Amino acid sequence: MTDMPLSSSAALPDRKPASLLEQDARTKARNAAEKRFRLYGVAAIAISMIALVVLLATILTGGAGAFRQTYLNIPVTLDAAVLDPKGNRDPAEMAKVLTLSYGRVLDAAVEATVARHGIQIEGLTEKDIDGLISKEASAQVRDRVLANPDLVGQTVEFDVLTGGRIDGYFKGRVTMESAERDSNTSPQQLLLAQELADRGEMVTRFNWNFLTNADASDQRPEAAGVGVAILGSFYMMLVVLALAVPIGIAASIYLEEFAPKNRITDIIEVNISNLAAVPSIVFGILGLAAFINFAGLPQSAPIVGGLVLTLMTLPRIIIPTRAALKAVPPSIRDAALGVGASKMQSVFHHVLPLATPGILTGVILGLAQALGETAPLLLIGMVAFIRDHPDGLPGGLFDPASALPVQVYNWTQRSDPAFIERASGAIIVLLIFLLCMNVLAIWLRRKFERRW
Amino acid sequence: MPLSWALFANFLLAAAGYIVGRSRAFATAGPDVRKLHSRPAYHGASVGLAALLPALAVLAAGAILRLAGVLSSDTGPIIGIVALIAAIAGLGFGVMRIGREYQARNVVEHMVLGLLMLCSLIAIVTTAGIVLSLVFETGHFFRVYDWKTFFFGTEWTPRFQGNSQLGIVPLLWGTMYVSAIALLVAVPIGLFAAVYMSEYASRRVRGFVKPAIEVLAGIPTIVYGLFALITVGPLLRDYFAQPLGLGNSGTSVLTAGLVMGIMLIPFVSSLSDDIINAVPQSLRDGALGLGSTPSETVRQVVLPAALPGIVGAVLLAASRAIGETMIVVLGAGAAAQMSLNPLEAMTTITVKIVSQLTGDSDFNSPETLVAFALGLTLFVITLALNVVALYIVRKYREQYE
Repeated sequence: MTDMPLSSSAALPDRKPASLLEQDARTKARNAAEKRFRLYGVAAIAISMIALVVLLATILTGGAGAFRQTYLNIPVTLDAAVLDPKGNRDPAEMAKVLTLSYGRVLDAAVEATVARHGIQIEGLTEKDIDGLISKEASAQVRDRVLANPDLVGQTVEFDVLTGGRIDGYFKGRVTMESAERDSNTSPQQLLLAQELADRGEMVTRFNWNFLTNADASDQRPEAAGVGVAILGSFYMMLVVLALAVPIGIAASIYLEEFAPKNRITDIIEVNISNLAAVPSIVFGILGLAAFINFAGLPQSAPIVGGLVLTLMTLPRIIIPTRAALKAVPPSIRDAALGVGASKMQSVFHHVLPLATPGILTGVILGLAQALGETAPLLLIGMVAFIRDHPDGLPGGLFDPASALPVQVYNWTQRSDPAFIERASGAIIVLLIFLLCMNVLAIWLRRKFERRW
Repeated sequence: MPLSWALFANFLLAAAGYIVGRSRAFATAGPDVRKLHSRPAYHGASVGLAALLPALAVLAAGAILRLAGVLSSDTGPIIGIVALIAAIAGLGFGVMRIGREYQARNVVEHMVLGLLMLCSLIAIVTTAGIVLSLVFETGHFFRVYDWKTFFFGTEWTPRFQGNSQLGIVPLLWGTMYVSAIALLVAVPIGLFAAVYMSEYASRRVRGFVKPAIEVLAGIPTIVYGLFALITVGPLLRDYFAQPLGLGNSGTSVLTAGLVMGIMLIPFVSSLSDDIINAVPQSLRDGALGLGSTPSETVRQVVLPAALPGIVGAVLLAASRAIGETMIVVLGAGAAAQMSLNPLEAMTTITVKIVSQLTGDSDFNSPETLVAFALGLTLFVITLALNVVALYIVRKYREQYE
């Protein structure tokens, strides 16, 4: 059929003879479609980048305030008649004096300071003056006096926490207008705080206590910190490190190097890939039913959280570890077997060391995921309000503790907006930890990456 | 804690066994170590394991019996002593076995292999634990509550005085609604990002964008939740819901859906990236050689070829969206209702699991037990999605291998 009539081209719509230099309408349309398609791709990437930037920016700007705190510097006369009624400076006797009495001493000190500076503000009540300082301040002073009873009777300079509203005023969260509507503060009180700040008595500075303090009750956001949460998260990571890492690596070695190709191995493999995709909250239910209700472990304890996170992290460690083992070329195994090593020796002496960087990367990323996990911990009671730091190891594993992401959730449930700032601050701490872990993982990967 | 002390003592004994076994092996070998079948370290390890394993078995059995209530809780010291005796006996037995012909290496390697196998079985034990605990407690629930009302009831009003309406339908509706919005956001964006990165982007752009998207994947969900609560929620309320008269709620389906969509972008894009890269280059070269533009190649050759894999990826993303908790807890609200208005607060299965199981709960009331039934439903839905998705992805990979 080579002699097909040439006239068949006439059946096509009358097309002008095409020129390479001139684009016809169809080419133009196709090129436009090409451009549009590229644009969609760029837009998709731009949207994700913008989302990332906005997300991080809101958290960082919102949480930066948690790392600064306003303190009032006042001389406090520690009246011996009130604080040590028996007069023998015995800490055991003085411990019977409640924080309430210290509160009265502090109120007097604040009033004296205001009077000393001769600040006159119309409509300023005594309640406004006493409300300048945090309810936590009296406990602060009491702790210091009980630690050093000789202070009683002297006049000592104290940096006391100011109330949450005053602190918010210096961070721009509380304004004169909002104070008008707020029963916990008043414009007069804010004016007074401004006067004291102008005179240098009230300063806002870096807040180490945020990193060490325990959680505080609903009325005193200014005293709340992430100390217990950091410790709890740290304990849980220790449990995960001690259990998930060896078990995960052992399981990967078995599945990758020794497992016979049979039904049981297939079932295990399907199981692991399914477990990796089971919602984390289901692991929380498992932890509640198995570890707390059945095994009788204490609620809110880092050991339970650690066990739950271990089960959750296992598949996430096994998958990258197997990939790292698989990446070691078979020639290494063959060479080891060839010089007389047993299968076990070839794996433990040669394959495993060569796969270590890849395994470490996977392990660190798995731990990072476990560190940020919240939902399963809510179900095993880590959301409870915990005032005391857990003990040292190993007993501390069984003490109630919080965890960083759970502390964030906990603070979002409080009514005072100051806690939102604390929550963002806790997220900054969490993100810094995660950043360190990820940077370490990337560094390991870069440093030891090997191309076979 | 006498049991932990017993454990510690056992490990010490095992370490001692290692040293004793090793030196004993050296002694039996005489001046020429090569006379031994196995290297002395293996003899040491075999003695150590012989001491450790029986003791661990005793401790584990004791712990299980105590949990099951067969032994009373003050038997701790007795179990510890029995374990120590077992360890010493094992140590003695191990030392006795040492000889030139004793194949210590083979024995140790068998034990290690057994240990490795045991570790890989933990995955199955975990799954079994999940299924058992869910099914067991759900059984409890259905004994105190009618299953028809649970699965078909359209009202969710738990009351602590009893007489609660616990219908799952509004929760399922909320879950599906939020997940649908999340997928509507994540799938196009993730897919286009993946296509752009694998087909168009230069090395430099890819080197910058890929890690940035991975950062999005590394952010914990609680951070997204807080973002939904303090930024996206109020924004949607002030600029969309209130002016349009569609509601007055800071938490809404749209808030949770949008934020969850952002969270799923890296998930969808990295999965589709793998799948698109698995399409053989020869297909692309063929299409380009016939004169199609790059976008035509992608749309008419690469994407159809990758379609099954992408469907699998979308199903996996859906399963994640359905099981996601923190974003919906903080973003979607707690009101169980069925409405089409995306700016209204609705609630999901995961939110209700959290709210029914946190705080003081009485494990005999249907209000608490319902959480396990919800958990089982969630587990079954996500498991079905995962199994189908993994099957599709696996089949797809085989196609091009």
